[in-house]
Amino acid sequence: MADVTITRTGLPAEAGQVSSLQRLMRRKSTIAFIMTLPLLLVIFTLVAYPAFYSLHLATLNKSMVRFVGLGNFEFLFGRETFWLVVYQSCLFAVTAVIFKAIIGFTVAHFVHNIPSKGQRKWRGMLLVPWVIPPAMSTLAWLWLFDPSYSAFNWLLAHVGVAPVSWTGNTHWARFSVILVNIWVGAPFFMIMYLAALKSVPEQLYEASEIDGANWWQRIWYITLPMMRNIISITALFSLIVTFANFDIVRVLTGGGPLDSTHLFATWAFRVGIESGDIPLGACVSLFMVPILAVAATLILRDIGKRGNEA
Amino acid sequence: MSKRASKLSRRRFIANTALASTALIAAPYVRGANAAGKLSIGFWDHWVPGANNVTKTLVEEWAAKEKVDVQIDFITSQANKLRLTIAAEAVARSGHDVLALASWWPNEYADKLEPVDDVMAPLIKLNGAVNDTVKYLGQINGKWVAVPATFGSQIKGPCSRIDLMKQHAGIDVQAMYPAGAKPNADNWTLETFLKAAEGCHKGGVPFGIGVGITSDSVDTIGALFHAFGAQLVDAKGNITAKSDPVRQSLDYYKQLMAFLPPDVPAWDDASNNKWLIAGKGALIMNPPSAWAVAKRDAPKVAEQLWTHGFPVGPKGRYAPYIPQFWGIWNFSKNKPAAKSLIARLSQPDAIEKMVVASNGYDLPAYANMTELKTWAEEGPPKGTLYHYPNPYNHMVLSIGGTPAPHAIAYQMYSQGLMTKLAVRHFQGEAMEKTLDYAVKELEGYTRT
Repeated sequence: MADVTITRTGLPAEAGQVSSLQRLMRRKSTIAFIMTLPLLLVIFTLVAYPAFYSLHLATLNKSMVRFVGLGNFEFLFGRETFWLVVYQSCLFAVTAVIFKAIIGFTVAHFVHNIPSKGQRKWRGMLLVPWVIPPAMSTLAWLWLFDPSYSAFNWLLAHVGVAPVSWTGNTHWARFSVILVNIWVGAPFFMIMYLAALKSVPEQLYEASEIDGANWWQRIWYITLPMMRNIISITALFSLIVTFANFDIVRVLTGGGPLDSTHLFATWAFRVGIESGDIPLGACVSLFMVPILAVAATLILRDIGKRGNEA
Repeated sequence: MSKRASKLSRRRFIANTALASTALIAAPYVRGANAAGKLSIGFWDHWVPGANNVTKTLVEEWAAKEKVDVQIDFITSQANKLRLTIAAEAVARSGHDVLALASWWPNEYADKLEPVDDVMAPLIKLNGAVNDTVKYLGQINGKWVAVPATFGSQIKGPCSRIDLMKQHAGIDVQAMYPAGAKPNADNWTLETFLKAAEGCHKGGVPFGIGVGITSDSVDTIGALFHAFGAQLVDAKGNITAKSDPVRQSLDYYKQLMAFLPPDVPAWDDASNNKWLIAGKGALIMNPPSAWAVAKRDAPKVAEQLWTHGFPVGPKGRYAPYIPQFWGIWNFSKNKPAAKSLIARLSQPDAIEKMVVASNGYDLPAYANMTELKTWAEEGPPKGTLYHYPNPYNHMVLSIGGTPAPHAIAYQMYSQGLMTKLAVRHFQGEAMEKTLDYAVKELEGYTRT
């Protein structure tokens, strides 16, 4: 009798559970969550966990046995090299992004005006610097800038110009790393801007032409306003990637001469891995976060504002 | 104890004894091919082609004899691969049992390394004493934490062009360091060196001495600092950068840099080799790897190369010595086998095989092992490496940053502080401002 009672009371409850599970599984949001779960796990393992771990590391002393709170950050503020790295990182990222945007915009216009038959070839060729792994292409640049055997110096010598110490002089070294970054990154801007250009309705240009607008007015009043969201997003994305750059500086100058080309990532590696001070290295790398967060907030807020206006 | 004994009843004793006897009789006798367990080794991937093979053969022979299942990885130091491997294994407390450690790493990982006094004592008895630099790098509080490895250890002395030094500096390096005989180098002083640098600079073949932050540059300036008795930090950890020997060293480097190629602050460890092999310079500071490559790629240049000793300074004749080590993680599961292997690789016959395989590049750390016939016979020109292992103890073998406490010296070395000071001063910064910068940096290095 008791068994029967249990069965009777249990059955409806079990049936209810199954049906609610089934209902849950039928919901689109559940399926979406399950399908994104592998990606979320990857992000958690490779992004979230290391990020929190580096936060933890940044609060430890050099031998990683004692909690020092914000002591490492305080220590960094007193270092001359740290402020040099802050300056160099900002100079590197801002200059490179501006030039990449200008070059990308200009080249996108040229490519846009090429008849569609031959355009694919040009698009493919212009993307080459962006698709080659930067560590490899920078090696080629290293040989071009080689302290003793620079191909550029060889060319300059033919026109009677004295050799330039591309990676041995502070200013030229900064110029060199920025130049290579522009070379690598400009095609990305070009392809983004080209896509944006193609989406600008042709009728707007036709109407402006009827109104007598010149080339500059068409760019200023039609092209740029229509592209501004893509310009902002591309600039933000590039700013983040450029700021966090490692390979170009590492291969080309190693941060030298006199630490004048170090970025946060390369200096963090020098301090953390090569000099055996992992907490300080983690601390250096974390400094990118607030700077990039401010830049991202400003740019995204602007995009949001424009979106509301629209 | 007596209480416990009294509780052991006769019945229980018989039952336990029977059980143990059954287990012993039933268990099969195991003496397999790998009865002594497994051992995983991470060696440094040698520059010299074929040098890895000899080490591999030695390990495999040992493994067959000792019945150990070995796994050997040759890990390149290019792009810090070896550095990163060790750092990761130290954090994960898992990985290889035995690892090749560069000069400063035994100290850095001392708390994770198995003490090896029991290995070192018989080796020193067998092979002779080791120099103070090896002790400084391999011991912590007088205890060995790693064993000096022949594989990859080197002296970075001058490698000169015989013809160019005669022509532009009036110096016969072969007469100064004759093959098979004692050095005759009393006049080979820092003043002579500077004059020779000037002469070669005027002759269009300047000395190729890097002033970057990679090890060749740092090692050279480190030896020059020692020659002046300059210490940025003393053995007790006091900052002594504002001292006359440091000022003298920096002034000397300022004079020297005027005769070096203008881009030396950007040089890495390959730049000086290329400089010499391309025939652009008369002298570099390097182990014989540049000569070995020249022998293959530029034989005419190789025939004119002579490796010899450092110039003497006011406080002595110092040369950069960069020993490598073998260490055993304290989390290794087969420490006895690891110790046995390292002991085997440090026997005289194994050392000699490594020296031969590396064309004389590898240098044993032990006093009795500096007169192997390889160095006397290698060429052309014959005897070019005779003085490479410092056979007459003519130079004090040192490493930049000493005698500062390890943690500080390592930061000075890895961040190239001495070369940075030299470049700043050379570029016109006032001496005291350069020293202020040094003091500030050193204060940062002393954090614990």
